[in-house]
Amino acid sequence: MSLGYVLRRLFSAVPLLLGISVILFSIIHLAPGGPLDMYTENPAVSKEALDQIAAAYGLDQPVPVQYVLWLKSMVVGDWGYSIRTGRPVLTEIVLRLGPTLELGGLALLLSLVIAIPLGIISASRRGSKLDSSLTLASFAGISIPVFWLALLLQLLFSVQLGWLPSAGYKSIGGGDFMDRLSHIVMPAAVLSLATVASWSRFIRSGMIDVLNQDYIRTAYAKGRSERGVVFLHALRNAMIPAVTVIAVDFATVISGAVITETVFAWPGIGRLFMESMDGRDYPMLMGLMMMGSLGIIMANIIADLAYAALDPRIRYG
Amino acid sequence: MAETVMPLATIQPPQSYGRRVVKRFLKHRPAVAGLAFLLLLAVIIIVGPFLSPYTFDGQDFTLIGSPGPMTAQHWLGTDELGRDVATRLIYGGRVSLAVGLAGAIIATIAGTLVGALSGFYRGWTDAILMRFTDVMLSIPTLPLVLLLSGLFRPSPPLLVAIVGMLIWMGTARLVRSQFLALREREFVEAARALGAGGARLMFRHILPNAIGPITVAATLAVGSAIMLESALSFLGFGIQPPVPTWGNLLNSASSWLSVAPWLAIPPGLLILCTVLAVNFLGDGLRDAMEPKE
Repeated sequence: MSLGYVLRRLFSAVPLLLGISVILFSIIHLAPGGPLDMYTENPAVSKEALDQIAAAYGLDQPVPVQYVLWLKSMVVGDWGYSIRTGRPVLTEIVLRLGPTLELGGLALLLSLVIAIPLGIISASRRGSKLDSSLTLASFAGISIPVFWLALLLQLLFSVQLGWLPSAGYKSIGGGDFMDRLSHIVMPAAVLSLATVASWSRFIRSGMIDVLNQDYIRTAYAKGRSERGVVFLHALRNAMIPAVTVIAVDFATVISGAVITETVFAWPGIGRLFMESMDGRDYPMLMGLMMMGSLGIIMANIIADLAYAALDPRIRYG
Repeated sequence: MAETVMPLATIQPPQSYGRRVVKRFLKHRPAVAGLAFLLLLAVIIIVGPFLSPYTFDGQDFTLIGSPGPMTAQHWLGTDELGRDVATRLIYGGRVSLAVGLAGAIIATIAGTLVGALSGFYRGWTDAILMRFTDVMLSIPTLPLVLLLSGLFRPSPPLLVAIVGMLIWMGTARLVRSQFLALREREFVEAARALGAGGARLMFRHILPNAIGPITVAATLAVGSAIMLESALSFLGFGIQPPVPTWGNLLNSASSWLSVAPWLAIPPGLLILCTVLAVNFLGDGLRDAMEPKE
């Protein structure tokens, strides 16, 4: 894989991001109402003051002009200021990134650790009772609404049993390791269920394809144990079809699990998005959506590069 | 001379495609169970409201204040406004399923159109449409739909359109790849030689050959649409009360979780079973219509 290819892929993301930004900017700015709605009803805020605020945020300009101004400053790393808090958008995002990375990182780690063995077991015992039960379970895992699962867990572990706090990042005054752990368990479990279900399916089908190939028979013939065949010969190739799904799920979770963070009052990117929705915080919403899209685009590029790294037959010119 | 008798009985007439599909489908037990569940659900949500003595927004003023327990009169209890939960669930089912079906139809039509044009004309048409598909695939779906419904406060029909317009991309890529392969086949060339125009070639000759994968994608889209609408309504950005949907019923149940846990179970269970049934159905249709020989 040449450096030229990597650069070309990165460069191809630019028109994509431009298209995305035009669509998002139009949606956000053409919607009826605006971030200053909360002041217009307030008799204490004069018309002049309102105009001043609008001018300060550039809201008095026509939308295309606002877009060009936004794009210009975006390119040099100035994502604007949050209308709700007055702080820079990037600062706000960075502040909330920590909890989201903690939660998302743990959930994705859990998913990998659980999904890979499940996929392998399913594939190597194909057609068995265990395989069909795991298939049913994964269908259920994909079909269960996350918000309902979250409510059920809260009901069981917080309301009925009282073992875990129902929501929040840490207790007031608390914050030691066990306290933080007890807060993160339920949201991480909720977040990882769907990914475990879908990833284990992809790994299973990848594994089945690979296990039928000649080189696997060769490996058995030369006397390798089943464990050796699966882990040393098959797994790497079986992971290839799952790579894109895993990468995009990574990006989605890291850019904020809106539902999970809302139900568990987790102070991450997803909550920040919901708070910004309430205040119609245009610069904030724009920044968050762009960051999420950038994440998905980068995940796709990384997945393509990972293909080549995992499978030497794939060559990108 | 010995007479040779052809064993006529063992020669079976070739079965039609449709019959083979049905036969293979019936062997897929989860899919049959899913279909049975969906049919039962359809009967309940169509007939149910006529049999229920309550309306979805009718209040029993003696029960207002906090949710009421399950009783002989109110099988699944009442909500904090004294409304019958079972009746609201059935009405909610109407709304949720209608949104799911309509959203999936919109997504399938949009996806098929984009995919067909892209795969049939190739070149610039393909490049532009596929870059647009890439753009739509790169924006996180749930935040985008929240943004649209939060900022525009759409009416239910518009909400259905929004849901449909956010889940067509998979279908488009699928239809495109089908069209790219099918357009090179002899029967298309023959039709072209006979003077068939672009639209006729696309929709009369090529599309029927891609109907299997499209049906599967359309089925799975129903599940996605139901899930998306539920999530939206759960977060308070979808269909607004007093009109019930399974999503917004869960939203109101969540604030009574410790007092009235029985409110939180049925709507979620119904979403789970419905989406599961739809996914099984899609899986069964895939096995039946696109058999891997």
